[in-house]
Amino acid sequence: MKATINGERRELAEGTTLAALLETLGLTPGGIAVAVNAHVVRRVDFERHRLDEGDAVEIIRAVAGG
Amino acid sequence: MDGSLKIGKYELQSRLIVGTGKYPSLEVMQRAHEASGTQMVTVAIRRISLDDASGKTMLDYLDRTRYTILPNTAGCTTAREAVLTAQLARELLETDLIKLEVIGDSHTLYPDTVETIAAAHELVRDGFTVLPYIVDDPTACRRLEEAGCAAVMPLAAPIGSGLGVCNPYSISIIKERASVPVIVDAGVGTASDAALAMELGVDAVLMNTGIAAAKDPVAMGRAMRLAVEAGRLAYLAGRMEKRLYASASSPMTDLIGARK
Repeated sequence: MKATINGERRELAEGTTLAALLETLGLTPGGIAVAVNAHVVRRVDFERHRLDEGDAVEIIRAVAGG
Repeated sequence: MDGSLKIGKYELQSRLIVGTGKYPSLEVMQRAHEASGTQMVTVAIRRISLDDASGKTMLDYLDRTRYTILPNTAGCTTAREAVLTAQLARELLETDLIKLEVIGDSHTLYPDTVETIAAAHELVRDGFTVLPYIVDDPTACRRLEEAGCAAVMPLAAPIGSGLGVCNPYSISIIKERASVPVIVDAGVGTASDAALAMELGVDAVLMNTGIAAAKDPVAMGRAMRLAVEAGRLAYLAGRMEKRLYASASSPMTDLIGARK
């Protein structure tokens, strides 16, 4: 299935969880936050949140700013 | 003589809020923060890079036992984007604080007042402590206060311009009418700008480029600290009336060599 991760179309295995996606990307849940289809997914829900075809995932972090 | 600054449930001794952007290095940023005496620093929220997702983030360079983090929605151009950014920041940082910034024009970085007010309503409903960056317009500030914002943050001048307080009269009117803290945000270029803003009676100053883009950001951090303190003290002390003609400070009687 296809999903959009930070604006990039990516091919993912059916039923991929957010936790699995983050692991594939080499990310640990600390220091990031995630929204799927413009809704924030709590860190505690990463394991059980399964992605669907066409989902838009945003993964963010804090950067320098004023 | 002076109490602490209260923004919603937050209480700060320092009236200087500083950014984390544009420093020559993170080490200089840390030293500048320390020199400024600030207790609250801003960060921006951005997508991670998928190609290089590892490594440190800004949070690794901020001592959260020392600084309260104020995430911003910089770069957002709609209320919708700003609300989602705030919600992500809350999840990331476990804070209800948000510096609401909705930009209406990419050249001036002036805020979009309509979208800012719409976002403020939604964020307040969602439980956020909202600090909106806004034009130096008393009506816009009143609308934001009515929306339930914990402070209003009128600009002194465009973001990163260093032009200083362009309209001190508007800032004074905003302060006179607001019942939430007024924080001058953006446009402060040097210490006298910060002192002037504080002399107008505002509650605090927020700046980034004024410190970060100085030749010596650490020294400027200290200069800004002193300026904010001096300006605040001068405001509390109550300045003398301005007058057109001189008024001698020394007695004009019993002058040496004067004829009786």
